[in-house]
Amino acid sequence: MSLTPLHAIFALMSLFTVGGAVGVVLNRNLIYAAMYLVLSLFGIAGLFILLEAPFLAAVQILVYVGAISVLITITVMVTRCVFCKEPPPRQLTLVAVMAALVMVTLGFVIMTRFGGLTPAADVPADSIEQLGVAFVNPQAYLVPFEVASILLLGALIGAIFIARDDLPRDEEAVGGDDHA
Amino acid sequence: MKDWTFIVILSIVAMATPLAPILIGRLIGPRKGNELKNATYECGVETRGDTWVQFKVQYYIFALVFLVFDVEVVFLYPWAVAYNRLPLFGVLAGVVFVITLAEALIYTIRKDALRWI
Amino acid sequence: MIPLHWFLLVAAGMFCLGLFGVLIRRNVVAILMSIELMLNAVNLNLVAFWRYLAPEHINGQMFAVFVFAVAAAEVSVGLALIISIYRNRDDVNAGDLNLLKW
Repeated sequence: MSLTPLHAIFALMSLFTVGGAVGVVLNRNLIYAAMYLVLSLFGIAGLFILLEAPFLAAVQILVYVGAISVLITITVMVTRCVFCKEPPPRQLTLVAVMAALVMVTLGFVIMTRFGGLTPAADVPADSIEQLGVAFVNPQAYLVPFEVASILLLGALIGAIFIARDDLPRDEEAVGGDDHA
Repeated sequence: MKDWTFIVILSIVAMATPLAPILIGRLIGPRKGNELKNATYECGVETRGDTWVQFKVQYYIFALVFLVFDVEVVFLYPWAVAYNRLPLFGVLAGVVFVITLAEALIYTIRKDALRWI
Repeated sequence: MIPLHWFLLVAAGMFCLGLFGVLIRRNVVAILMSIELMLNAVNLNLVAFWRYLAPEHINGQMFAVFVFAVAAAEVSVGLALIISIYRNRDDVNAGDLNLLKW
């Protein structure tokens, strides 16, 4: 196996991904954890490009880096936990051993079942177009496509309803004794 | 893969452009700090109280609306790319998708969620 | 091309870090971020399998797109709930949210 620039890019992107994930998990400052999350998601986008799925890479940056991480950062700011540290974790060793066991099992399965597999065929040039055709094909993904729009509608209405500031105001008396 | 080479070159140049002045400035610039120079705002008013105040929930709702219509784009882009290959039924299915999400927009506007309070 | 197992190993590592984070963190927002890591690992797996086993079918990419949509919905409602909980209780630590426990 000769080393090509592709390997170097893969190594860099995996470093971003896994290093960012380590940062998210271990950083007790939430704003920094969110920044590490952005790094990790960028790494995933790079890996999508290496897998010849440029559409998904663009979507990853658009949705995850552009919107979801912004949403998470704003939530951190709204909940006023900026630069406040959370209490130290409990049962650290137990959880670490468990996660390591899962990793070893997964690694074993991956190496025995999928070791050294290379692509079977090339990606068709019109793969995005095929995606669009399949979205509205009743034999393919028409129902999930329409259900996705309803899911997004429900998510938006629900989230606005829950997060709105003025809703709990008229039930102040009921919410008051919550802190007991 | 050839096209990506240019993007890699572009990103390297884009990262080097702001980094170069910072590094050059750090290397050859003189450093004579005094208390006034090291202040957070050299020519401004000191901030009063905690800088990290609680943000209004309104920010969250704006980002939320953005996220939902961002995901709509993800679905509509392949649909638009395949437009010439779609039967009339397929076009109408996409229109139904857009109308469903237009309801979300109408709800947002009717609830005054987009007005800054 | 890079062999498949490298992508799968990166995804597995990310998933296990996310699992570790979900179990170890106390702040609800941090738990949600760890869940995002796990979702991304799953997505990476889907796309890697699509590329290496069946690139002529679009199902792998299709599933990844739906995972994006579901993740967006999950994050928006989850974070709205966190904001609402914070407003009512001034606290977003998972261990203290025991109102439903008895």
